[in-house]
Amino acid sequence: MVNLLLLWTLAVPLAGAAIVAVLPDRTGRKLACYVALLTLGLAALPVMWRKAGMWLEMDWAWVPAFGLRMHLGVDGISYPLVLLTALLTVLCCGYTLWHTPEPGRGNVLSSLLLLIEAGILATFLAQDLVLFFIAFEVVLLPMAAVIAVWGGPARRRAALKFALYTLAGSVLLLVGVIAVVSLTGSGDMTRVPALSATAQMWIFGVFAFAFAVKSPLWPLHTWLPDAHTEAPTVGSVILAGVLLKMGTYGLIRVGMGLTPDAFRQAAPVLGVLAVCAIIVGSLVCLAQTELKRLIAYSSVGHMGFILLGIATGSTIGLQAALVGNIAHGVLTGLLFFLAGAIKDRSHTGQLTELGGLREQAPWLAGMIGFAALGSLGLPGLAGFWGEAFAIVAAWSRGGPLWTTLAIVAAIGGALAAAYLLRLLRKVSHGPLAPSLEGVHDARWPEVVAWVPLIILAVLLGLLPVLIIDPAAGAALISEAVGK
Amino acid sequence: MRRSANGVSAGLSVGLIGVPLLLGLVGLLVPQRNRPDAAALGIAGAAIAVAIAAVMLALREGPRESTLDWVAFGDLQVTLATFVDTRAVLMALTVGIVALCVQVYSISYLRGDERYGPYAAQISIFTAAMLTVVLSGDLILLLVGWELMGACSYLLIAHDRGLPDAPRAAVKAFLVTRVGDVGFLLGIVLLGTKVGSFKISDVLAGVGSLDKTTVTIAALLLLAGVAGKSAQFPLHTWLPDAMAGPTPISALIHAATMVAAGVYVVARLFPVFAASPAAMTVLGVMAGITLLLGALAAIAADDIKRVLAWSTVSQLGYMMAALSVGAVDAAMFHLFTHAAFKALLFLGAGALIHVVGSNLLSRMGGMRKGMPLTFVTMTIGLGALIGVPPLAGFWSKESVVTALADRPWLGTAALAGIAITAWYSTRLWLRAFFGQVPKGVHPHDPPGDMKFPLVLLAIPAAGLGWGAYAVRHDLVHFGPELVLPLALAGLGIALGVLMCRRSDPIRRLGRAGPWIASGFGLDTVQRWLVVEPVRALARIAKAIDTSVVDGVVLGTGQATRAAGSGLAAWHRAVLPRALAGVLAGAMVLAAAGITLNLVGVW
Repeated sequence: MVNLLLLWTLAVPLAGAAIVAVLPDRTGRKLACYVALLTLGLAALPVMWRKAGMWLEMDWAWVPAFGLRMHLGVDGISYPLVLLTALLTVLCCGYTLWHTPEPGRGNVLSSLLLLIEAGILATFLAQDLVLFFIAFEVVLLPMAAVIAVWGGPARRRAALKFALYTLAGSVLLLVGVIAVVSLTGSGDMTRVPALSATAQMWIFGVFAFAFAVKSPLWPLHTWLPDAHTEAPTVGSVILAGVLLKMGTYGLIRVGMGLTPDAFRQAAPVLGVLAVCAIIVGSLVCLAQTELKRLIAYSSVGHMGFILLGIATGSTIGLQAALVGNIAHGVLTGLLFFLAGAIKDRSHTGQLTELGGLREQAPWLAGMIGFAALGSLGLPGLAGFWGEAFAIVAAWSRGGPLWTTLAIVAAIGGALAAAYLLRLLRKVSHGPLAPSLEGVHDARWPEVVAWVPLIILAVLLGLLPVLIIDPAAGAALISEAVGK
Repeated sequence: MRRSANGVSAGLSVGLIGVPLLLGLVGLLVPQRNRPDAAALGIAGAAIAVAIAAVMLALREGPRESTLDWVAFGDLQVTLATFVDTRAVLMALTVGIVALCVQVYSISYLRGDERYGPYAAQISIFTAAMLTVVLSGDLILLLVGWELMGACSYLLIAHDRGLPDAPRAAVKAFLVTRVGDVGFLLGIVLLGTKVGSFKISDVLAGVGSLDKTTVTIAALLLLAGVAGKSAQFPLHTWLPDAMAGPTPISALIHAATMVAAGVYVVARLFPVFAASPAAMTVLGVMAGITLLLGALAAIAADDIKRVLAWSTVSQLGYMMAALSVGAVDAAMFHLFTHAAFKALLFLGAGALIHVVGSNLLSRMGGMRKGMPLTFVTMTIGLGALIGVPPLAGFWSKESVVTALADRPWLGTAALAGIAITAWYSTRLWLRAFFGQVPKGVHPHDPPGDMKFPLVLLAIPAAGLGWGAYAVRHDLVHFGPELVLPLALAGLGIALGVLMCRRSDPIRRLGRAGPWIASGFGLDTVQRWLVVEPVRALARIAKAIDTSVVDGVVLGTGQATRAAGSGLAAWHRAVLPRALAGVLAGAMVLAAAGITLNLVGVW
């Protein structure tokens, strides 16, 4: 039963989460790793049914009384994200097996990670709008719990801000979902619903707001630095790695897929905001004094490139956005892992209290150097394609507005280099800081968690076709070509 | 041009780039204590690159392009194309030889350095990146090598832990070139989207069909990147500071990689520039300023590496000047001879620094006695830099100066530059090798593996010009136009001997000396024009982001909470007011419903 595969991909982590939560700490964490690995295996399988359009699809009435359908599907747009989610969860569960932050109880943390995974996977697989909304919401509370329990000193406040801010977005998403379902009588996401132009405009407005909060798009980004900074390492990795992608994915699949005309009208606004995000995010990074906060703000800038690609609405832009999505997940995930490792050792994230890491821990310093170079969009590594071709996409749309946006975005690329090199200089170079004296270099369990991301960053840099070729066949992007 | 894919030449190109890259990546994983393996990997990478380049030269095939699809974004195809012609092969050979010399030299020069392993590996990757630029047949692939080279130069300049300046200089080198690369990327994007392909052959073929404005904009954008990499005014400021890196790295950066890349790319994409007279004029003006600025700054530097660094800036100006009048072969000729003698000079300077323990000319003197080999090879190098016949620099510089005849103002600048170059070279020669040996310094020639590169590089520094002339007589014309440059060089030498024989005249300049040596305060201008405003903007952005953007959010939260407690108080109110509230609420809902109905949503 091939079609049940997608259901299993969701059921395994969900069931795993329930079992892991009640097991003893260490056993639970171990089981969580196996569950995550199994999920990764299941999530990787759909590639065998690769074709144009939907690769795999299942659709049956779930709660007929509400018109709720279990409609799942995977195509070239969602597949790389599904795989990235599964991979990062494996790495995070493995990392938790080795190191659980205070106050312990790693099995509960692992269980929450699996629950979050199930929610994110369901978001990427859902082809029914109501299901999509439920999945989108499922992620929220476990993530807030991860921040509130295992986070840094100001965790409660950050978790509350994260939860309330994204809930505000979700309320609007709900409004949009209800509007679409009640106007068309169906929540099917695989077809463009017949909506009047005005209705499209309103509905796209609320969708865009919801996804802009999640992505996050400037100026709706201020929940992100607090959440990322206070979250435990695994929380930051999942947040930056895949949670933000729910926003960009939603914008492509729901915003663009269901309300294409309104999307096209609003595209210039989105583009301008995206470029604002690039510049403001990068500038704030330049003045930032805390390690994790800096990386968090860098996400605002990088997601700006992805949103710019989406805003162009062209094939080039969408493909660039998809590559950028994955690249950002890999590289920022890696950066957060490394930042967590440094903070665990030095017990401080203040850049002024760090320095000389390469003297004390050359491997760790080497890896953070690699991650920073990747993150600044060095050609040959994953980060380059998404950003360079977002600029190409904006430029090839032509006209003074988009040309300006392309130029400003390119300048943002130079700013990214400035703040990441500043980060390296503060952390890696110079004399050894007292906080880093005597700290140990990278350890094996850490290296095991990081190496897959390093390999992916190189692999996707050399072979971006791995993401673009599957996406090229997706119906949504083929439609974008037609228009 | 034949455009058929050629298996042999494509395979050789892949090997030429791939072998040093792969060995470099492997080298990064070698444990730091394992010096022999790190050295073996580094030398093998460079040596194999030289061997492959030599085979390609021996095959002497016509221009060949091989294409392999890489990735397509929409309709835009990016290819893994390589393009091989004689110029590319000669450039690759130069890169390989200089890299090999630097690798061999570094074994002894970095004896006792714990981080030698990654250093050697990074040189290999650096070499591979430059070779990618040289052999690439696609603009995006070229950009990959171009930027990777910037990253490697960053890592290598920051290598020295003893120098507090090193990390700062490294960041500066990367950022200044990256600012130029914003233009470079946009130029590539413009050409690629207009022509519909990133393949260089397609772009060059399509230039003719583009309108003048587009070509001019594209050429100027590309020039920004070229100015960054090849240290042309006003983006030259990183190069003198970059000597904070280990001396062999300076040799690599100044001779065959980084700065050479800009010149090579202009030559490679020449039809784009040639199609735009405006861009050519800009290039010429830039080159003229750069060659004089570099030469003048070199006269006052006390740091031997800084003298050489400014002289590189100046010589790059010569190459760009030649390009700006369309003399591509003359520019490349000067690039090759300069690679030989400048690598030689830096490695020789390294031998001096090794002995003296300082970069400063004021701490040197009389070194010719204990270091005969260093003395002889550096004399050849300096002679070549001045353009003393029959050393290599003479031929290539004559070739450049002759080509500049049509642009009198540029030609005059070049001639003035010759006299200045002769003066500062003579000063360096006299201050380092003649006079009193400072106390506590015992001059001695470097050990064997540091001698070998000096000798190897001295051969082309002396004979490359003659050799090239033997193959291609059209590079230099012997005639009356040679008299003036030679006379000016002679004048510079004579003045130099007169002024610098007994003492260093620069010390009499007082505070003006360091000001000139720092490049006429342009660093300060750059700092106040670019760096500080960006920093200020960053601080403002951060403040606004916290107080305004986030403030609104937090304010909303607080207002909600206040409204909540207010409403709670209100709900405890007496019945009539509650009733009024319910009615008001119902009216608001009704109004909203009607409005929505009117606009057609419900």
